[in-house]
Amino acid sequence: MKLKEIVALVEGKVVCGEQHLDESVEYAFSSDLMSDVLTLRITDFLLVTGLSNIQSIRTAEMSDLKYILIVRDKKVTQDMIELAEDNDMTIITTEFSMFKTSGLLFNAGLKPVY
Amino acid sequence: MIMELVYKVEGGDFNKAGHASSQIKRVLKQLGVPPAIIKRVVVAMYEAEVNIVAHAWRGVITAGVNESGIRVVLDDEGPGIPNIAQAMEKGYSTASAEVRDMGFGAGMGLPNIRANVDEFNITSEVNKGTVLDFFIKF
Repeated sequence: MKLKEIVALVEGKVVCGEQHLDESVEYAFSSDLMSDVLTLRITDFLLVTGLSNIQSIRTAEMSDLKYILIVRDKKVTQDMIELAEDNDMTIITTEFSMFKTSGLLFNAGLKPVY
Repeated sequence: MIMELVYKVEGGDFNKAGHASSQIKRVLKQLGVPPAIIKRVVVAMYEAEVNIVAHAWRGVITAGVNESGIRVVLDDEGPGIPNIAQAMEKGYSTASAEVRDMGFGAGMGLPNIRANVDEFNITSEVNKGTVLDFFIKF
């Protein structure tokens, strides 16, 4: 599924990394617990999280993942954007809840990591 | 030894947690280490770095890299771990609400570190500190 399709589906805003909107992703993982994200061995997935702080971006960096979707209309800080840009990541935000976001993406064909 | 890298970590400084792991990631990339191995190194190191920030007063991380692999020693001054076997259990945690707000503190860190490394050793003394030492082969 293309990132720009994900943005449209969740009525999202692109905070940074617009140059990647034509790229595709096959898997997603929803979690507010970064330690659970860090247990995943795959790298090519969309992280759906309500945790909007520098550690969610750090976790993405360590996990080698490029696409982050922040739910529940959480604000993204400047230091998060800078770290994401340093690592060539895309951050998208949505006002939808984690459940609604995950349900929409699952129905549209994004696969669960497990 | 190709190189040794040393980083200081301050307890409670969540904004900087992960800084050392980030630097190591860049170095290993430059050395041409395979991405799957880099991920194991930095995930283990990041969890351990967050542990120092979350639980200790301060610590020093020393990473030694040679052609066979990387050894990382995380030596902290802090309250120590009274019962290491218990701390190694998935789901056991003494983390504060602040740590949980940062997306950690669910008792997954030490088991996740062990799952990513080839050699793992931890020793601790209450009210003195903890030394975590791991090795990952290239």
